[in-house]
Amino acid sequence: MAHAILVVGEVADGALAPITAEMLGAAKRLSDGGTVACALIGPDAGSNAGDAIALGADEALVADNPALAEYNTDAYMQAILKLTEQAAAPVILFGQTNIGRDLAPRLAFRLGTGVIMDTVELAMEGGRLHGTRPCYGGNARAVHVVQSDPQIVTVRAKSQDPAEADASRQGQTTNVDIQIDDSAIRVKVTDRKGAAAEGVRLEDADIVVSGGRGLGGPEHFDVIEELAGALGAAVGASRAVCDLDWRPVSEQVGLTGKVVSPTLYIAVAISGASQHMAGCSGSKNIVAINKDPDANIFKASRFGIAEDFSKVMKPLIEAVKQERGS
Amino acid sequence: MHIIVCVKQVPDWDIPPSSFKVDEAAKRVTPPAGVAAVPSQFDTIGVEAAMRLKDKTPDAKITIMSMGPEAARDVIKHSLAMGADEGLLLTDPLFEDLDWYQVALVLSTAVKKLEDVDLVICGRQAVDWDMGVSGSGIAELLDWPALTIGKDVQVNDGTLSVERVLMDGFETVEAPLPAVATVSNELGEPRYPKLQQIMQAAKKQVTIWSAADLGLNEAQLGPDGRKLTLERLYVPQSDAQCEMMEGDTPEEMAQNLAKKLAEAKLI
Ligand SMILES: Cc1cc2nc3c(=O)[nH]c(=O)nc-3n(C[C@H](O)[C@H](O)[C@H](O)COP(=O)(O)OP(=O)(O)OC[C@H]3O[C@@H](n4cnc5c(N)ncnc54)[C@H](O)[C@@H]3O)c2cc1C
Ligand SMILES: Nc1ncnc2c1ncn2[C@@H]1O[C@H](COP(=O)(O)O)[C@@H](O)[C@H]1O
Repeated sequence: MAHAILVVGEVADGALAPITAEMLGAAKRLSDGGTVACALIGPDAGSNAGDAIALGADEALVADNPALAEYNTDAYMQAILKLTEQAAAPVILFGQTNIGRDLAPRLAFRLGTGVIMDTVELAMEGGRLHGTRPCYGGNARAVHVVQSDPQIVTVRAKSQDPAEADASRQGQTTNVDIQIDDSAIRVKVTDRKGAAAEGVRLEDADIVVSGGRGLGGPEHFDVIEELAGALGAAVGASRAVCDLDWRPVSEQVGLTGKVVSPTLYIAVAISGASQHMAGCSGSKNIVAINKDPDANIFKASRFGIAEDFSKVMKPLIEAVKQERGS
Repeated sequence: MHIIVCVKQVPDWDIPPSSFKVDEAAKRVTPPAGVAAVPSQFDTIGVEAAMRLKDKTPDAKITIMSMGPEAARDVIKHSLAMGADEGLLLTDPLFEDLDWYQVALVLSTAVKKLEDVDLVICGRQAVDWDMGVSGSGIAELLDWPALTIGKDVQVNDGTLSVERVLMDGFETVEAPLPAVATVSNELGEPRYPKLQQIMQAAKKQVTIWSAADLGLNEAQLGPDGRKLTLERLYVPQSDAQCEMMEGDTPEEMAQNLAKKLAEAKLI
């Protein structure tokens, strides 16, 4: 069956990843009456077919070869080529994830077509997909159109409204037989380490407290952690801080770090460079503490304190505890 | 071992946001007057990655490849001063307005023409458009593997090994050479050229190739060869109005902030 849009789904911890729900929501909106296919790759991925259909897929294309258990560029390329052929869709959406940012360009060049990476807005105009993406370190936005088919796009997490799950939706599940040609697998994963995630996951947190280079040293993150603890928040950091090894890379917020969009983002001793804002400007409310009243971060903030963090943080932690206690 | 590092010249990114300007009609960024273009940040990290390989294997040869205007010679010079051996400047009026497919076509064709290349190193993304596809694109057009977003790049017995930065961790991947690696800032600070190296760099050879040298024509590099068009370029406006906390002491400001946050039901 030829579809209007193919969503390349991802499964995390046995469930459909949130980005997949977002892409299905976007696909439904963009498909203009056409049908939506959702690719599910990996052993047991098919167990999520029902969820994909409830979220808007008309057909779940399941590739459950054991060789696809973990991401490997070459093995996944073989699978995605077959799935792409099967879906015959003029538009393919990937998440801007570990997989999407590696595989989407590869697929585009293999098929001799174009790809728009890391889009935050999608619109169908005149039958072509218009993808808007931040560029120049978050200073500008560009709107691109892929002129050939398939039009491949990667979608940034938290940029689209996920569809509401509707368990009564009907759809078809198709198992796509994928033969993996081992001789075409050149890439081998020899080691994989997860970042030690403690407490609230940064990208899911409702409140994030981030610290920057202005803290002066890793030891001064104690006030960041304390405020985060008092608020049930996750801890974030600027790249300057991660580059200095004060904090792990997994805490980096920004263009090349995590994209967060909490209800409340508290930036302490962070200047607010465009590349940092690229990761947090989707926050509903930004609060900044910075001793420089002209710091860029205030331009994006709702509330600000222009003071030395070392004088503000302890009383702030106390006051926050009181407000929450009362 | 012959390593190519792809270095793009881009507008200086280290400028205050207020001096960032876009010409919406031309769909181009207008660099502030008097601010020189610089090598893309991740590409200098690519040069560092190559130099670390050369530190271990001194007979490795590093060629810096840049496609751009004649002025892109400057970013090649900077990379040569870091210790690279030769430069290759790809310059031609036909290269002026390419999309990413065409860029990868030009760069991969040059790699093919060089014949003896074992490893191509690119930045994870060029810091102008932040697209992050050219490394994979070059690899695909050469039918080579690409190991992307590396924080550590090693070569042992003809095998490339890259520790990749994932969104939540790291993974180590291997592939046989020839291959492409792309690098990220987690690799570490690039070395800074010493004065003597800057002087030596002036004597190093920079080869220039045009589209004709690469056997590429106007049909491939013109508008019809594009896969991607740019419809619009603009600066997003923020409507945030920052309310600064008042108070005679930092304690008072902190208390006012907590009050405001509670009133707004944010805590
Ligand atoms: C291609 C590229 C990608 C990038 N990606 C990212 C990214 O993903 N994430 C990211 O964060 N950055 C990124 N950057 C870096 C970014 O440009 C900035 O350099 C970085 O965000 C600065 O971090 P910072 O605000 O902590 O440090 P600084 O810019 O040094 O700012 C420190 C701030 O602390 C304030 N301060 C100092 N002392 C005190 C005090 N005692 N009390 C209160 N305030 C104080 C200062 O006024 C200043 O505003 C990227 C850059 C490039 C070129
Ligand atoms: N014009 C160019 N000259 C040399 N290298 C380039 C050029 N364009 C892109 N690259 C390389 O490809 C990487 C990724 O670029 P991009 O896909 O544009 O984000 C860059 O970091 C460079 O290493």
